[in-house]
Amino acid sequence: MTNTTDETYSAAAEVAQVRVRRTWRERAWLSLKKAPPTAWFGMVVIAIYLVVAILAPLIAPYGEAQVFPAPYAPWSAEHLFGTDQIGRDIFSRLIYGARNTIGIALATTLLAFTIGGGLALAAAILRGWTDQILSRIVDVLMAIPSLIFALMLLSIFGASVVSLILIIAVLDSTRVFRLTRAVAMNVVVMEYVEAARLRGEGTGWIMRREILPNILPPLVAEFGLRFCFVFLTVAALSFLGLGIQPPTADWGSMVRENASLIQFAQYDLKAALTPLLPAAAIALLTVAVNFVVDWFLYKTSGLRDER
Amino acid sequence: MHPVLKTVLARLGLGLMTLFFVSVVIFLSIEMLPGDFTQAVLGQAATEETVTAFRRELGLDQPAITRYFDWIGGVATGDFGTSFSGRAASGVDRSRPVVALIGPRLENTLFLAGMTAVIAVPLALFLGITAALWRNSIYDRIVSSTTLTTISFPEFFVAYLLILFFASLWPVFPSLANVSPQMDLWERVYRCILPSATLMLVIVAHMMRMTRAAIINLLAQPYIEMARLKGLPARTVILRHALPNAWAPIVNVIAFNLAYLVVGVVVVEVVFVYPGIGQLMVDAVTTRDIPVVQACALIFAATYILLNLFADIISIITNPRLLHPR
Repeated sequence: MTNTTDETYSAAAEVAQVRVRRTWRERAWLSLKKAPPTAWFGMVVIAIYLVVAILAPLIAPYGEAQVFPAPYAPWSAEHLFGTDQIGRDIFSRLIYGARNTIGIALATTLLAFTIGGGLALAAAILRGWTDQILSRIVDVLMAIPSLIFALMLLSIFGASVVSLILIIAVLDSTRVFRLTRAVAMNVVVMEYVEAARLRGEGTGWIMRREILPNILPPLVAEFGLRFCFVFLTVAALSFLGLGIQPPTADWGSMVRENASLIQFAQYDLKAALTPLLPAAAIALLTVAVNFVVDWFLYKTSGLRDER
Repeated sequence: MHPVLKTVLARLGLGLMTLFFVSVVIFLSIEMLPGDFTQAVLGQAATEETVTAFRRELGLDQPAITRYFDWIGGVATGDFGTSFSGRAASGVDRSRPVVALIGPRLENTLFLAGMTAVIAVPLALFLGITAALWRNSIYDRIVSSTTLTTISFPEFFVAYLLILFFASLWPVFPSLANVSPQMDLWERVYRCILPSATLMLVIVAHMMRMTRAAIINLLAQPYIEMARLKGLPARTVILRHALPNAWAPIVNVIAFNLAYLVVGVVVVEVVFVYPGIGQLMVDAVTTRDIPVVQACALIFAATYILLNLFADIISIITNPRLLHPR
């Protein structure tokens, strides 16, 4: 390619040059360099969250459910953000909360993509009644607002982490199914898919090797947005007391447990800010993911919003 | 038959069918309950007779299809069954009909949602349309980036921020929205200001962004460019060429967001301890009071489906292409 670092450009030199292919790493670095500041901000924030989530036990000063004698302690040197209603260190719980909340949201999103994406590809390849039945089931499931549906299912199966992950994954897989089926339908009719089929390849092979690589960009963007959605739903359910159960630290339930502190804002502003910290942590991560997805969509085009 | 009528009828049929299937799904949920839930409701000390009587009252001795039609028939005549709470192992039954629980709360929720919608819809449409018309101006950028940030906030974060500023640091509004039927309208409105403002911030952001995208998409159509190239004044382009085609996307945006409002009230009602149907549902889920959960889920789902149905029908009726059949 052109040698852009040189100040003086010479066409002759370029013609004589052997065409060099950039490696995967060089291309990634180049597009990163061109990324707008919002995308950079998003990526840095996500990276920090991930590091905190993975290294939680090393970073947190105290244990997740370690109880201290002073409940509702003010902000101080030993308890950075004070303690909660039964005397657990808020700062440590915030750090462990990153691990639990993000971990559960990530597991749910992955499961939703495996279920929804797999079924959608099968529907797009097999067509016929498989497609009809799956699509109609998805239509009905999507007609019920997902938070309401999740609440209903939780009342039946009881609130536990496993049922939370399964229920939200199944409900969100309907959205994944819709998108994947729509984009896969355009690819399935291509000649190379036909060729693979005539060659005698099985459904699984066609799914993985022919279709998946060609529909990846919209799916990656959808993964980001779906993650935000799942993350907010998990937080909302935990906030309502129906998601992740204590003593597991989780941002949604932390907001609720300490919410009464807001009333004392006039006397101790710092204490009043405590319940807002986990809420702000949720909001910041959602903003960050949105920024990165926006940039990714803009780059890979296809699903470009207006412009 | 006129094509518009035909399309409307087809859509209506599809909507009713969806409603039917959704009611089946909600009904089937009770089937998935573990077998011992009568004991969970009546307590461990429940005698054999009490359990049998309770099971008979629920109709568990009959096949599922009979029970479904009993239930849906009851719903159609305004009878949602009896709540599980208030039952005791001794067979004493102090439970209340679900309708009596839901009725006044549904009214409160509709009041809150209505109050929000009356202000939020015109505001969002105005912001969205002006932002689309003056695309890429400073005004557009400020409005768009503010709404992108608000969208990413969970409802309870917005709610607690409002409480922090307007109920705690500068106490002008009550942080608990406890309304009662005896209150006069203005007292009610005053108590509902913070919950309503929370919903408004969230919904205006969504609605504004969707309106903006829809209008920009519309203005990029070839026939709009054609009208401009013909030399028509901007006012004519917008009123005669853009507006008739804009009704469908705008109505869809409004319906989508009102449906979103239905779901959004759940969290907001819990934050402000507002006696609405969302709070009732959360309480019922915690105590596993299935008849109440089913009734609430059915009401929420029906509202959601009907709003979408309504929007689709309006966009079919206002579609200029269907009005002049060839």
